[in-house]
Amino acid sequence: MDILNTIISAIYYLFIAFISVLIIYNLIKTKDWKKEVIYIVILMPFLLRLFFLK
Amino acid sequence: MKTKSIIRKVLLSTAGLVIVVFAGIEFYQHRHYKETVVIGDWVEVKKLGDYFEGIQGSVNDCNVFIIEGDEPGATSLILGGSHPEEPAGRLAAWLMVENARIQTGKLIVVLSANRSGTTVTRPSGAYPTKYTIPTSWGGQTFRMGDRWSNPLDQWPDPEVYIHCPSGQNLAYVDIRNLNRTWPGRANGTLTEKTCYAYMQLIEKEKVDLVIDMHEAELQYPVINTIVAHENGQELATLVSMMLTDFEGFSIGTEFSPKNLHGLSHREIGDHSDAVSLLFEAPEPFLDATRGITGEKQLLEGKDEFVIKAGEHGLLFAPMDENGWPIDVRVGRHTSTILQTFESWNEYYPEKLIVCFDVPRYAEVIKNGIGFYLKNHEEADNKTIVFE
Ligand SMILES: [Zn+2]
Repeated sequence: MDILNTIISAIYYLFIAFISVLIIYNLIKTKDWKKEVIYIVILMPFLLRLFFLK
Repeated sequence: MKTKSIIRKVLLSTAGLVIVVFAGIEFYQHRHYKETVVIGDWVEVKKLGDYFEGIQGSVNDCNVFIIEGDEPGATSLILGGSHPEEPAGRLAAWLMVENARIQTGKLIVVLSANRSGTTVTRPSGAYPTKYTIPTSWGGQTFRMGDRWSNPLDQWPDPEVYIHCPSGQNLAYVDIRNLNRTWPGRANGTLTEKTCYAYMQLIEKEKVDLVIDMHEAELQYPVINTIVAHENGQELATLVSMMLTDFEGFSIGTEFSPKNLHGLSHREIGDHSDAVSLLFEAPEPFLDATRGITGEKQLLEGKDEFVIKAGEHGLLFAPMDENGWPIDVRVGRHTSTILQTFESWNEYYPEKLIVCFDVPRYAEVIKNGIGFYLKNHEEADNKTIVFE
């Protein structure tokens, strides 16, 4: 159970890292400034979790 | 890509990064803030991990304070911080650890039953991360917490939480709720292991009476009450009568539902020899219709929007412009504990617990909680414990 939890947690953090990369990729690609703001706002909780802050 | 567009992206990203850094610093400081406890040389400090290896070294390997009397008697375990967003439960436990003397029996106190939950506040809740109780030396600061274990310590949550051993389906988030994971599992999640560790403590210390201290929103029907397992119903009823008659505040009794699993008042009674009680005090801070969710509201318990809810008959406890200050809520808990010991002694004269030097309801209100907290700056290093 303990090992299973650790594996699932690790996958979860990899997933967060992957989504963060996708958001940053979209942020670079987009030409609409409103979308840029939205991508940055969406990215914040992902970064906070990725760096183990909240 | 045009230069203009690049400059805009860089500027927006920098602004976002600044917000993340400032928020990150606040979250980090909250998670690592050290609260102080000043203890007398009669207090023994153990760790929860001393009772169950599986919790050793984890965020929930909290301090366990033990005060033993000269004469043998009953052993009582007092849990503060089962739900760390209910500060009166923790503060009442703090007053016990820093002030209580035991003549007969043994008192075991925990300040942060779910320590992980004290290191985070509700995501998007805009809660204050800390609060300060005024004292003669300036003030003592405590971590504000959440109802659930920190997602950094236990994640992800399942789709449905299946309680062990009952098999009852509970809300997914309650797999991180210490008061839904009793009696716990040795190989379960962090929160389940924490409950399992307390069950080991109860067994190894031969605990006779467990008291779990909480607070509730006024829009929740279980409030201003003692919730009792059937093994503690008579005791709770006597305590409720005595407090209502002699201390000037009313507190009811509720019987722990047999089919609602994971709660301390149900599972500790079912899975150990201990009598199990849970106390609820009123905390307007938790009400859904509250105003600004700040430190002031948390400590003063005043809120015009909760009063408005009362005018529409939506509350299960009275609420007026005086609110429910933290001193009143903590005083209710200390008096209810002391009265429980006194009533216990009437039922079990062969197994007494005699406790003194803990302030009662009227004293806490008159002098304030801060009067009974000990100044760590003046204390000997050996007497300071970090929580
Ligand atoms: Zn609670």
